[in-house]
Amino acid sequence: MYLTPSSNIIIKPFMEQIIELFRYQFFYNAFFSALLASIACGFIGTYIVARRIVFISGGITHSSFGGIGISYYLGFNPVLGAAVFSILSALGIEYISKKTEVREDSAIGILWSMGMALGIIFIFLTPGYSPNLMTYLFGSILTVNTTDLLLMALNTLIIVVFFLVFYRIILYISFDEEFARAHKVPVMLFNNILLIMVALTIVLSIRVVGIILVISFLTLPQTTANIFTKDFKKMIGFSVLFGCLGSFSGLIISYYANIPSGASIIFSFAVIFIVAKVLKELTLSIHLKHQ
Amino acid sequence: MEQLLELKNVSAGYDKNIVLSDVNMKVFDRDFIGVIGPNGGGKTTLVKVILGLLKPLKGEITYCVNTRNFIGYLPQINKIDSKFPITVYDVILSGLMSQNQLITSFNKLDKQKADELLEQTGITHLKKKPIGELSGGQMQRVFLCRALISSPRLLILDEPSSFVDNKFEHELYGLLHDLNKQMAIIIISHDVGTITSYVKTIACVNRELHYHQSNIITEEQLADYNCPIQIITHGHVPHTVLEHHH
Repeated sequence: MYLTPSSNIIIKPFMEQIIELFRYQFFYNAFFSALLASIACGFIGTYIVARRIVFISGGITHSSFGGIGISYYLGFNPVLGAAVFSILSALGIEYISKKTEVREDSAIGILWSMGMALGIIFIFLTPGYSPNLMTYLFGSILTVNTTDLLLMALNTLIIVVFFLVFYRIILYISFDEEFARAHKVPVMLFNNILLIMVALTIVLSIRVVGIILVISFLTLPQTTANIFTKDFKKMIGFSVLFGCLGSFSGLIISYYANIPSGASIIFSFAVIFIVAKVLKELTLSIHLKHQ
Repeated sequence: MEQLLELKNVSAGYDKNIVLSDVNMKVFDRDFIGVIGPNGGGKTTLVKVILGLLKPLKGEITYCVNTRNFIGYLPQINKIDSKFPITVYDVILSGLMSQNQLITSFNKLDKQKADELLEQTGITHLKKKPIGELSGGQMQRVFLCRALISSPRLLILDEPSSFVDNKFEHELYGLLHDLNKQMAIIIISHDVGTITSYVKTIACVNRELHYHQSNIITEEQLADYNCPIQIITHGHVPHTVLEHHH
Protein backbone atom coordinates (compact mmCIF):
# COMPACT_ATOMS: atom_id res chain seq x y z
CA MET A 1 0.00 0.00 0.00
CA TYR A 2 1.19 3.49 -0.80
CA LEU A 3 0.70 6.55 1.32
CA THR A 4 -0.53 9.16 -1.10
CA PRO A 5 -0.06 12.83 -0.22
CA SER A 6 -3.77 13.14 0.44
CA SER A 7 -3.86 10.24 2.94
CA ASN A 8 -0.85 11.79 4.65
CA ILE A 9 -2.87 14.90 5.23
CA ILE A 10 -5.61 12.88 6.90
CA ILE A 11 -3.29 10.70 8.98
CA LYS A 12 -0.95 13.40 10.20
CA PRO A 13 -3.52 15.60 11.90
CA PHE A 14 -5.07 12.47 13.43
CA MET A 15 -1.77 11.46 15.04
CA GLU A 16 -1.28 15.01 16.20
CA GLN A 17 -4.73 14.98 17.71
CA ILE A 18 -3.91 11.80 19.62
CA ILE A 19 -0.68 13.28 20.92
CA GLU A 20 -2.60 16.39 21.88
CA LEU A 21 -4.95 14.23 23.96
CA PHE A 22 -2.09 13.18 26.21
CA ARG A 23 -1.85 16.75 27.47
CA TYR A 24 -5.05 16.03 29.37
CA GLN A 25 -4.39 14.28 32.66
CA PHE A 26 -7.58 12.21 32.36
CA PHE A 27 -6.54 10.80 28.99
CA TYR A 28 -3.03 10.15 30.20
CA ASN A 29 -4.45 8.19 33.16
CA ALA A 30 -6.89 6.33 30.93
CA PHE A 31 -4.14 5.31 28.54
CA PHE A 32 -1.86 3.99 31.27
CA SER A 33 -4.67 2.20 33.07
CA ALA A 34 -5.50 0.44 29.80
CA LEU A 35 -1.85 -0.51 29.38
CA LEU A 36 -1.52 -1.82 32.95
CA ALA A 37 -4.82 -3.71 32.77
CA SER A 38 -3.72 -5.30 29.48
CA ILE A 39 -0.49 -6.55 31.04
CA ALA A 40 -2.06 -7.83 34.28
CA CYS A 41 -4.99 -9.44 32.45
CA GLY A 42 -2.63 -10.92 29.85
CA PHE A 43 -0.84 -12.90 32.57
CA ILE A 44 -3.79 -13.68 34.86
CA GLY A 45 -6.22 -14.30 31.98
CA THR A 46 -3.92 -16.87 30.40
CA TYR A 47 -3.82 -18.70 33.74
CA ILE A 48 -7.63 -18.50 34.02
CA VAL A 49 -8.23 -19.75 30.49
CA ALA A 50 -5.62 -22.52 30.68
CA ARG A 51 -6.91 -23.77 34.04
CA ARG A 52 -10.54 -23.46 32.90
CA ILE A 53 -11.57 -21.28 35.84
CA VAL A 54 -13.41 -18.66 33.78
CA PHE A 55 -16.67 -19.28 35.64
CA ILE A 56 -14.94 -18.96 39.04
CA SER A 57 -13.53 -15.63 37.86
CA GLY A 58 -17.02 -14.50 36.85
CA GLY A 59 -18.25 -15.33 40.35
CA ILE A 60 -15.37 -13.43 41.97
CA THR A 61 -16.08 -10.39 39.78
CA HIS A 62 -19.76 -10.14 40.56
CA SER A 63 -19.47 -10.86 44.26
CA SER A 64 -17.06 -7.91 44.56
CA PHE A 65 -20.05 -5.62 43.95
CA GLY A 66 -21.22 -6.49 47.47
CA GLY A 67 -17.98 -5.01 48.78
CA ILE A 68 -18.45 -1.86 46.73
CA GLY A 69 -21.98 -1.38 48.14
CA ILE A 70 -20.93 -1.91 51.77
CA SER A 71 -17.96 0.45 51.36
CA TYR A 72 -20.26 3.18 50.11
CA TYR A 73 -22.63 2.64 52.99
CA LEU A 74 -19.83 2.75 55.58
CA GLY A 75 -17.86 5.45 53.81
CA PHE A 76 -14.76 3.42 52.89
CA ASN A 77 -12.86 3.40 49.62
CA PRO A 78 -14.90 1.12 47.30
CA VAL A 79 -11.76 -0.50 45.88
CA LEU A 80 -10.88 -1.72 49.37
CA GLY A 81 -14.33 -3.25 49.93
CA ALA A 82 -14.30 -4.86 46.51
CA ALA A 83 -10.84 -6.31 47.16
CA VAL A 84 -11.89 -7.85 50.48
CA PHE A 85 -15.09 -9.31 49.00
CA SER A 86 -13.43 -10.72 45.91
CA ILE A 87 -10.57 -12.35 47.84
CA LEU A 88 -13.00 -13.87 50.34
CA SER A 89 -15.23 -15.23 47.60
CA ALA A 90 -12.24 -16.55 45.62
CA LEU A 91 -11.02 -18.53 48.61
CA GLY A 92 -14.62 -19.27 49.67
CA ILE A 93 -15.49 -20.97 46.38
CA GLU A 94 -12.40 -23.16 46.70
CA TYR A 95 -13.22 -23.99 50.32
CA ILE A 96 -16.95 -24.62 49.85
CA SER A 97 -16.49 -26.89 46.86
CA LYS A 98 -13.66 -28.90 48.42
CA LYS A 99 -14.81 -29.21 52.03
CA THR A 100 -18.60 -29.27 51.83
CA GLU A 101 -21.25 -31.12 49.90
CA VAL A 102 -22.05 -28.08 47.71
CA ARG A 103 -20.80 -28.49 44.15
CA GLU A 104 -18.40 -25.95 42.74
CA ASP A 105 -20.61 -24.41 40.05
CA SER A 106 -23.48 -24.09 42.52
CA ALA A 107 -21.17 -22.35 45.01
CA ILE A 108 -20.12 -19.92 42.28
CA GLY A 109 -23.73 -19.20 41.33
CA ILE A 110 -24.66 -18.48 44.94
CA LEU A 111 -21.75 -16.09 45.63
CA TRP A 112 -22.25 -14.44 42.23
CA SER A 113 -25.84 -13.36 42.87
CA MET A 114 -25.45 -12.81 46.61
CA GLY A 115 -22.71 -10.24 45.99
CA MET A 116 -24.78 -8.39 43.43
CA ALA A 117 -27.82 -8.35 45.74
CA LEU A 118 -25.79 -7.02 48.70
CA GLY A 119 -24.25 -4.34 46.51
CA ILE A 120 -27.58 -3.05 45.25
CA ILE A 121 -29.16 -3.11 48.74
CA PHE A 122 -26.34 -1.12 50.35
CA ILE A 123 -26.04 1.41 47.56
CA PHE A 124 -29.79 1.93 47.80
CA LEU A 125 -29.55 2.35 51.60
CA THR A 126 -26.71 4.88 51.40
CA PRO A 127 -28.22 8.26 52.29
CA GLY A 128 -27.69 11.34 50.18
CA TYR A 129 -25.40 11.09 47.19
CA SER A 130 -25.85 7.77 45.39
CA PRO A 131 -22.97 6.74 43.17
CA ASN A 132 -23.57 6.08 39.55
CA LEU A 133 -24.25 2.36 39.28
CA MET A 134 -23.41 2.40 35.59
CA THR A 135 -19.84 3.41 36.43
CA TYR A 136 -19.24 0.17 38.26
CA LEU A 137 -21.23 -2.07 36.00
CA PHE A 138 -19.78 -0.80 32.72
CA GLY A 139 -16.59 0.98 33.79
CA SER A 140 -15.43 4.52 33.25
CA ILE A 141 -11.83 4.62 32.18
CA LEU A 142 -11.81 8.42 31.87
CA THR A 143 -12.31 8.81 35.63
CA VAL A 144 -9.26 6.74 36.65
CA ASN A 145 -7.26 8.75 39.15
CA THR A 146 -3.62 8.65 40.20
CA THR A 147 -4.29 6.39 43.21
CA ASP A 148 -6.02 3.84 40.97
CA LEU A 149 -3.10 4.03 38.60
CA LEU A 150 -0.54 3.47 41.37
CA LEU A 151 -2.46 0.47 42.72
CA MET A 152 -2.71 -1.00 39.22
CA ALA A 153 1.01 -0.47 38.64
CA LEU A 154 1.85 -2.21 41.92
CA ASN A 155 -0.47 -5.14 41.18
CA THR A 156 0.92 -5.53 37.66
CA LEU A 157 4.50 -5.41 38.91
CA ILE A 158 3.84 -8.11 41.54
CA ILE A 159 2.15 -10.36 38.97
CA VAL A 160 4.89 -10.02 36.37
CA VAL A 161 7.66 -10.71 38.90
CA PHE A 162 5.75 -13.67 40.38
CA PHE A 163 5.21 -15.21 36.95
CA LEU A 164 8.83 -14.66 35.93
CA VAL A 165 10.17 -16.29 39.09
CA PHE A 166 7.67 -19.15 39.39
CA TYR A 167 6.80 -19.64 35.71
CA ARG A 168 7.48 -23.37 35.67
CA ILE A 169 5.69 -24.12 38.93
CA ILE A 170 2.61 -22.18 37.73
CA LEU A 171 2.64 -24.00 34.40
CA TYR A 172 3.02 -27.47 35.93
CA ILE A 173 0.44 -26.98 38.68
CA SER A 174 -2.11 -25.65 36.19
CA PHE A 175 -1.45 -28.49 33.78
CA ASP A 176 -1.45 -31.45 36.15
CA GLU A 177 -2.17 -30.62 39.76
CA GLU A 178 -2.05 -34.22 40.96
CA PHE A 179 1.36 -34.87 39.44
CA ALA A 180 2.66 -31.70 41.11
CA ARG A 181 1.27 -32.87 44.46
CA ALA A 182 2.94 -36.25 44.00
CA HIS A 183 6.18 -34.30 43.59
CA LYS A 184 5.59 -32.53 46.93
CA VAL A 185 5.08 -29.11 45.33
CA PRO A 186 3.05 -26.83 47.66
CA VAL A 187 0.06 -26.82 45.30
CA MET A 188 -2.48 -25.37 47.76
CA LEU A 189 -0.25 -22.41 48.58
CA PHE A 190 0.32 -21.56 44.94
CA ASN A 191 -3.34 -21.99 44.00
CA ASN A 192 -4.38 -19.62 46.78
CA ILE A 193 -1.76 -17.00 45.90
CA LEU A 194 -2.85 -17.13 42.26
CA LEU A 195 -6.54 -16.89 43.21
CA ILE A 196 -5.80 -13.77 45.27
CA MET A 197 -3.97 -12.32 42.25
CA VAL A 198 -7.00 -13.15 40.09
CA ALA A 199 -9.28 -11.37 42.58
CA LEU A 200 -7.10 -8.26 42.83
CA THR A 201 -6.62 -8.01 39.07
CA ILE A 202 -10.37 -8.22 38.59
CA VAL A 203 -11.05 -5.52 41.18
CA LEU A 204 -8.47 -3.15 39.70
CA SER A 205 -9.76 -3.72 36.16
CA ILE A 206 -13.36 -2.91 37.12
CA ARG A 207 -12.60 0.81 36.71
CA VAL A 208 -11.47 0.18 33.15
CA VAL A 209 -14.25 -2.00 31.72
CA GLY A 210 -16.75 -2.55 34.54
CA ILE A 211 -18.01 -5.58 36.47
CA ILE A 212 -20.10 -6.99 33.66
CA LEU A 213 -17.38 -6.77 31.01
CA VAL A 214 -14.23 -7.55 32.98
CA ILE A 215 -14.46 -11.26 32.22
CA SER A 216 -13.92 -10.51 28.51
CA PHE A 217 -10.68 -8.73 29.34
CA LEU A 218 -9.56 -12.01 30.91
CA THR A 219 -10.76 -14.30 28.11
CA LEU A 220 -11.04 -12.54 24.73
CA PRO A 221 -7.39 -11.52 24.15
CA GLN A 222 -6.36 -14.97 25.47
CA THR A 223 -8.68 -16.84 23.13
CA THR A 224 -7.38 -14.72 20.25
CA ALA A 225 -3.81 -15.55 21.33
CA ASN A 226 -4.73 -19.24 21.47
CA ILE A 227 -5.54 -19.14 17.74
CA PHE A 228 -1.86 -18.49 17.00
CA THR A 229 -0.06 -20.41 19.73
CA LYS A 230 -0.55 -23.44 21.98
CA ASP A 231 2.34 -22.53 24.24
CA PHE A 232 1.57 -21.04 27.66
CA LYS A 233 4.46 -18.55 27.59
CA LYS A 234 3.71 -17.27 24.10
CA MET A 235 0.01 -17.13 24.93
CA ILE A 236 0.79 -14.65 27.72
CA GLY A 237 2.80 -12.49 25.31
CA PHE A 238 0.16 -12.49 22.59
CA SER A 239 -2.59 -11.80 25.15
CA VAL A 240 -0.79 -8.71 26.41
CA LEU A 241 -0.33 -7.59 22.80
CA PHE A 242 -3.96 -8.11 21.80
CA GLY A 243 -5.06 -6.57 25.11
CA CYS A 244 -3.10 -3.38 24.39
CA LEU A 245 -4.26 -3.23 20.78
CA GLY A 246 -7.93 -3.67 21.73
CA SER A 247 -7.96 -1.35 24.71
CA PHE A 248 -6.09 1.49 22.97
CA SER A 249 -8.31 1.39 19.90
CA GLY A 250 -11.38 1.02 22.13
CA LEU A 251 -10.30 4.02 24.15
CA ILE A 252 -9.84 6.20 21.06
CA ILE A 253 -13.12 5.03 19.51
CA SER A 254 -14.94 5.78 22.75
CA TYR A 255 -13.44 9.27 22.86
CA TYR A 256 -14.34 10.20 19.30
CA ALA A 257 -17.68 8.41 19.03
CA ASN A 258 -18.63 9.47 22.55
CA ILE A 259 -19.69 5.99 23.64
CA PRO A 260 -18.93 4.16 26.95
CA SER A 261 -15.25 3.13 27.04
CA GLY A 262 -15.78 -0.33 28.58
CA ALA A 263 -18.14 -1.40 25.83
CA SER A 264 -15.99 -0.02 23.02
CA ILE A 265 -12.88 -1.76 24.41
CA ILE A 266 -14.63 -5.13 24.60
CA PHE A 267 -16.11 -4.54 21.14
CA SER A 268 -12.57 -3.95 19.83
CA PHE A 269 -11.45 -7.22 21.45
CA ALA A 270 -14.28 -9.03 19.67
CA VAL A 271 -13.41 -7.47 16.29
CA ILE A 272 -9.74 -8.44 16.72
CA PHE A 273 -10.80 -11.99 17.60
CA ILE A 274 -13.00 -12.31 14.51
CA VAL A 275 -10.35 -10.83 12.20
CA ALA A 276 -7.70 -13.15 13.68
CA LYS A 277 -9.94 -16.18 13.30
CA VAL A 278 -10.76 -15.37 9.68
CA LEU A 279 -7.09 -14.71 8.86
CA LYS A 280 -6.10 -18.03 10.41
CA GLU A 281 -8.77 -19.96 8.51
CA LEU A 282 -7.76 -18.26 5.25
CA THR A 283 -4.05 -19.04 5.65
CA LEU A 284 -4.97 -22.61 6.55
CA SER A 285 -7.08 -23.10 3.43
CA ILE A 286 -4.42 -21.47 1.20
CA HIS A 287 -1.83 -23.73 2.79
CA LEU A 288 -3.99 -26.79 2.07
CA LYS A 289 -4.52 -25.77 -1.58
CA HIS A 290 -0.78 -25.48 -2.14
CA GLN A 291 -0.12 -28.99 -0.87
CA MET B 1 16.83 -57.52 46.65
CA GLU B 2 16.58 -54.10 48.24
CA GLN B 3 13.19 -53.16 49.62
CA LEU B 4 11.73 -49.92 48.25
CA LEU B 5 8.54 -49.47 50.23
CA GLU B 6 6.10 -51.24 52.48
CA LEU B 7 2.40 -50.86 53.22
CA LYS B 8 1.35 -52.12 56.66
CA ASN B 9 -2.36 -52.74 57.41
CA VAL B 10 -3.30 -49.79 55.22
CA SER B 11 -6.94 -48.81 54.86
CA ALA B 12 -7.83 -45.91 52.61
CA GLY B 13 -10.86 -44.24 51.07
CA TYR B 14 -12.77 -41.04 50.47
CA ASP B 15 -15.21 -39.35 52.88
CA LYS B 16 -15.30 -42.36 55.20
CA ASN B 17 -16.09 -44.73 52.33
CA ILE B 18 -13.42 -47.36 52.70
CA VAL B 19 -12.14 -48.41 49.29
CA LEU B 20 -9.08 -50.33 50.43
CA SER B 21 -9.01 -52.34 53.58
CA ASP B 22 -6.09 -53.79 55.50
CA VAL B 23 -3.59 -53.87 52.67
CA ASN B 24 -0.14 -55.33 53.26
CA MET B 25 2.40 -55.14 50.49
CA LYS B 26 6.15 -54.93 50.04
CA VAL B 27 7.78 -53.65 46.89
CA PHE B 28 11.37 -54.65 46.15
CA ASP B 29 13.85 -53.42 43.59
CA ARG B 30 13.36 -54.98 40.13
CA ASP B 31 9.83 -56.13 40.99
CA PHE B 32 7.39 -56.15 38.07
CA ILE B 33 3.94 -56.21 39.60
CA GLY B 34 0.72 -56.28 37.63
CA VAL B 35 -2.19 -54.87 39.63
CA ILE B 36 -5.53 -56.14 38.40
CA GLY B 37 -9.06 -55.93 39.73
CA PRO B 38 -12.57 -54.79 38.84
CA ASN B 39 -13.42 -51.14 38.18
CA GLY B 40 -13.97 -49.40 41.50
CA GLY B 41 -12.00 -52.13 43.25
CA GLY B 42 -9.37 -49.69 44.50
CA LYS B 43 -6.53 -50.01 41.98
CA THR B 44 -6.08 -46.25 41.49
CA THR B 45 -6.61 -45.65 45.21
CA LEU B 46 -3.71 -48.01 45.94
CA VAL B 47 -1.52 -45.97 43.59
CA LYS B 48 -2.57 -42.71 45.25
CA VAL B 49 -1.61 -44.08 48.64
CA ILE B 50 1.80 -45.19 47.36
CA LEU B 51 2.38 -41.77 45.74
CA GLY B 52 1.42 -39.99 48.96
CA LEU B 53 -1.56 -38.26 47.33
CA LEU B 54 -4.02 -39.92 49.70
CA LYS B 55 -3.36 -40.31 53.40
CA PRO B 56 -4.29 -43.75 54.70
CA LEU B 57 -7.19 -43.79 57.16
CA LYS B 58 -5.40 -46.55 59.04
CA GLY B 59 -2.04 -48.27 58.91
CA GLU B 60 1.21 -46.88 57.60
CA ILE B 61 3.41 -46.68 54.58
CA THR B 62 7.19 -46.76 54.85
CA TYR B 63 9.56 -45.59 52.13
CA CYS B 64 12.94 -47.27 52.30
CA VAL B 65 14.70 -45.03 49.77
CA ASN B 66 16.13 -41.71 50.85
CA THR B 67 15.95 -39.89 47.53
CA ARG B 68 13.26 -37.22 47.64
CA ASN B 69 11.43 -38.48 44.63
CA PHE B 70 12.14 -42.03 43.65
CA ILE B 71 8.78 -42.81 42.06
CA GLY B 72 7.94 -42.10 38.44
CA TYR B 73 4.21 -41.94 37.70
CA LEU B 74 2.18 -42.22 34.52
CA PRO B 75 -1.45 -41.23 35.14
CA GLN B 76 -4.49 -42.30 33.14
CA ILE B 77 -4.30 -40.02 30.13
CA ASN B 78 -8.02 -39.37 29.97
CA LYS B 79 -7.53 -37.33 33.17
CA ILE B 80 -5.28 -34.93 31.24
CA ASP B 81 -6.67 -31.74 29.69
CA SER B 82 -5.38 -32.20 26.14
CA LYS B 83 -6.31 -28.64 25.14
CA PHE B 84 -3.98 -27.16 27.73
CA PRO B 85 -1.44 -24.83 26.05
CA ILE B 86 1.75 -26.79 26.73
CA THR B 87 4.35 -28.38 24.47
CA VAL B 88 5.61 -31.97 24.56
CA TYR B 89 9.03 -30.80 25.70
CA ASP B 90 7.63 -28.84 28.65
CA VAL B 91 5.51 -31.81 29.73
CA ILE B 92 8.57 -34.06 29.79
CA LEU B 93 10.69 -31.54 31.71
CA SER B 94 7.90 -31.19 34.27
CA GLY B 95 8.93 -34.64 35.51
CA LEU B 96 11.86 -32.90 37.19
CA MET B 97 9.75 -30.47 39.16
CA SER B 98 10.70 -31.77 42.59
CA GLN B 99 14.42 -31.47 42.04
CA ASN B 100 14.68 -27.84 43.10
CA GLN B 101 14.88 -26.64 39.55
CA LEU B 102 11.67 -24.71 39.62
CA ILE B 103 13.16 -21.29 39.81
CA THR B 104 16.33 -21.75 37.82
CA SER B 105 15.98 -22.96 34.28
CA PHE B 106 16.96 -26.47 33.32
CA ASN B 107 20.61 -27.27 32.81
CA LYS B 108 22.22 -28.98 29.85
CA LEU B 109 22.10 -32.42 31.44
CA ASP B 110 18.32 -32.24 31.97
CA LYS B 111 17.74 -31.21 28.37
CA GLN B 112 20.08 -33.95 27.19
CA LYS B 113 18.10 -36.47 29.24
CA ALA B 114 14.84 -35.22 27.74
CA ASP B 115 16.28 -35.52 24.23
CA GLU B 116 17.49 -39.06 24.95
CA LEU B 117 14.05 -40.11 26.16
CA LEU B 118 12.39 -38.56 23.10
CA GLU B 119 14.80 -40.55 20.94
CA GLN B 120 14.27 -43.76 22.91
CA THR B 121 10.49 -43.57 22.59
CA GLY B 122 10.67 -42.46 18.96
CA ILE B 123 8.93 -39.11 19.31
CA THR B 124 11.80 -36.66 18.69
CA HIS B 125 9.82 -35.09 15.84
CA LEU B 126 7.02 -34.17 18.25
CA LYS B 127 9.24 -32.22 20.66
CA LYS B 128 7.81 -28.76 19.89
CA LYS B 129 4.20 -29.88 19.30
CA PRO B 130 1.38 -28.87 21.62
CA ILE B 131 -0.02 -31.96 23.35
CA GLY B 132 -3.44 -31.34 21.80
CA GLU B 133 -2.12 -32.53 18.44
CA LEU B 134 -1.03 -35.98 19.63
CA SER B 135 -2.67 -39.37 19.24
CA GLY B 136 -3.35 -41.59 22.23
CA GLY B 137 -0.19 -43.63 21.73
CA GLN B 138 2.00 -40.54 21.29
CA MET B 139 0.47 -39.05 24.42
CA GLN B 140 1.33 -42.20 26.42
CA ARG B 141 4.93 -41.98 25.19
CA VAL B 142 5.18 -38.34 26.29
CA PHE B 143 3.88 -39.17 29.75
CA LEU B 144 6.19 -42.16 29.96
CA CYS B 145 9.11 -39.81 29.22
CA ARG B 146 7.89 -37.47 31.95
CA ALA B 147 7.78 -40.35 34.43
CA LEU B 148 11.27 -41.53 33.45
CA ILE B 149 13.18 -38.24 33.32
CA SER B 150 13.75 -38.18 37.08
CA SER B 151 15.47 -41.61 36.83
CA PRO B 152 13.03 -43.24 39.26
CA ARG B 153 13.67 -46.43 41.23
CA LEU B 154 10.00 -47.35 40.92
CA LEU B 155 7.79 -46.71 37.90
CA ILE B 156 4.01 -46.77 38.33
CA LEU B 157 1.73 -46.89 35.29
CA ASP B 158 -2.05 -46.46 35.56
CA GLU B 159 -3.83 -48.19 32.67
CA PRO B 160 -1.14 -47.41 30.07
CA SER B 161 -2.75 -49.58 27.43
CA SER B 162 -6.05 -47.72 27.24
CA PHE B 163 -6.55 -45.37 24.28
CA VAL B 164 -3.72 -46.98 22.34
CA ASP B 165 -3.46 -49.46 19.50
CA ASN B 166 -2.20 -53.04 19.83
CA LYS B 167 1.09 -52.19 18.15
CA PHE B 168 1.93 -49.57 20.74
CA GLU B 169 0.86 -51.86 23.54
CA HIS B 170 3.43 -54.47 22.53
CA GLU B 171 6.14 -51.88 22.03
CA LEU B 172 5.33 -50.55 25.47
CA TYR B 173 5.65 -53.95 27.12
CA GLY B 174 8.96 -54.45 25.31
CA LEU B 175 10.19 -51.13 26.62
CA LEU B 176 9.01 -51.93 30.14
CA HIS B 177 10.84 -55.26 29.98
CA ASP B 178 14.09 -53.37 29.32
CA LEU B 179 13.36 -50.71 31.95
CA ASN B 180 12.74 -53.43 34.50
CA LYS B 181 16.48 -54.21 34.42
CA GLN B 182 17.04 -50.84 36.12
CA MET B 183 13.91 -50.25 38.20
CA ALA B 184 10.86 -51.78 39.81
CA ILE B 185 7.57 -51.43 37.92
CA ILE B 186 3.96 -51.49 39.07
CA ILE B 187 1.44 -51.58 36.24
CA ILE B 188 -2.30 -51.25 36.68
CA SER B 189 -4.54 -52.90 34.15
CA HIS B 190 -8.05 -54.17 33.82
CA ASP B 191 -6.82 -56.37 31.00
CA VAL B 192 -5.78 -59.59 32.71
CA GLY B 193 -5.02 -61.37 29.47
CA THR B 194 -2.08 -59.39 28.19
CA ILE B 195 -0.57 -58.30 31.44
CA THR B 196 0.02 -61.71 33.00
CA SER B 197 2.47 -62.80 30.34
CA TYR B 198 4.78 -59.83 30.94
CA VAL B 199 4.80 -59.22 34.66
CA LYS B 200 6.65 -61.23 37.31
CA THR B 201 3.95 -61.13 39.97
CA ILE B 202 0.25 -60.32 40.13
CA ALA B 203 -1.62 -58.35 42.77
CA CYS B 204 -5.39 -58.51 42.69
CA VAL B 205 -7.23 -55.58 44.26
CA ASN B 206 -10.88 -55.75 45.15
CA ARG B 207 -11.21 -53.81 48.37
CA GLU B 208 -8.63 -56.21 49.76
CA LEU B 209 -5.31 -56.98 48.17
CA HIS B 210 -4.25 -60.46 47.22
CA TYR B 211 -0.67 -60.71 46.18
CA HIS B 212 0.30 -63.76 44.12
CA GLN B 213 3.99 -64.51 44.08
CA SER B 214 3.82 -65.58 40.44
CA ASN B 215 2.24 -64.47 37.22
CA ILE B 216 -0.02 -67.50 36.86
CA ILE B 217 -3.61 -67.13 37.86
CA THR B 218 -5.81 -70.14 38.37
CA GLU B 219 -9.50 -70.11 37.86
CA GLU B 220 -10.11 -70.71 41.57
CA GLN B 221 -8.14 -67.60 42.42
CA LEU B 222 -10.16 -65.57 39.98
CA ALA B 223 -13.39 -66.87 41.40
CA ASP B 224 -12.27 -66.28 44.98
CA TYR B 225 -11.13 -62.74 44.45
CA ASN B 226 -13.79 -61.78 41.96
CA CYS B 227 -11.25 -60.63 39.39
CA PRO B 228 -12.56 -59.64 35.97
CA ILE B 229 -11.32 -61.18 32.78
CA GLN B 230 -11.32 -59.51 29.41
CA ILE B 231 -9.21 -61.39 26.93
CA ILE B 232 -9.63 -60.50 23.31
CA THR B 233 -6.47 -61.06 21.34
CA HIS B 234 -5.69 -62.31 17.87
CA GLY B 235 -2.56 -63.61 16.15
CA HIS B 236 0.81 -64.47 17.51
CA VAL B 237 1.02 -62.53 20.70
CA PRO B 238 2.33 -63.79 24.01
CA HIS B 239 -0.62 -64.84 26.08
CA THR B 240 -1.85 -66.86 29.00
CA VAL B 241 -4.66 -69.30 28.44
CA LEU B 242 -6.96 -70.05 31.32
CA GLU B 243 -9.22 -73.01 31.77
CA HIS B 244 -12.61 -73.01 30.18
CA HIS B 245 -15.33 -71.05 31.97
CA HIS B 246 -18.66 -72.53 32.89
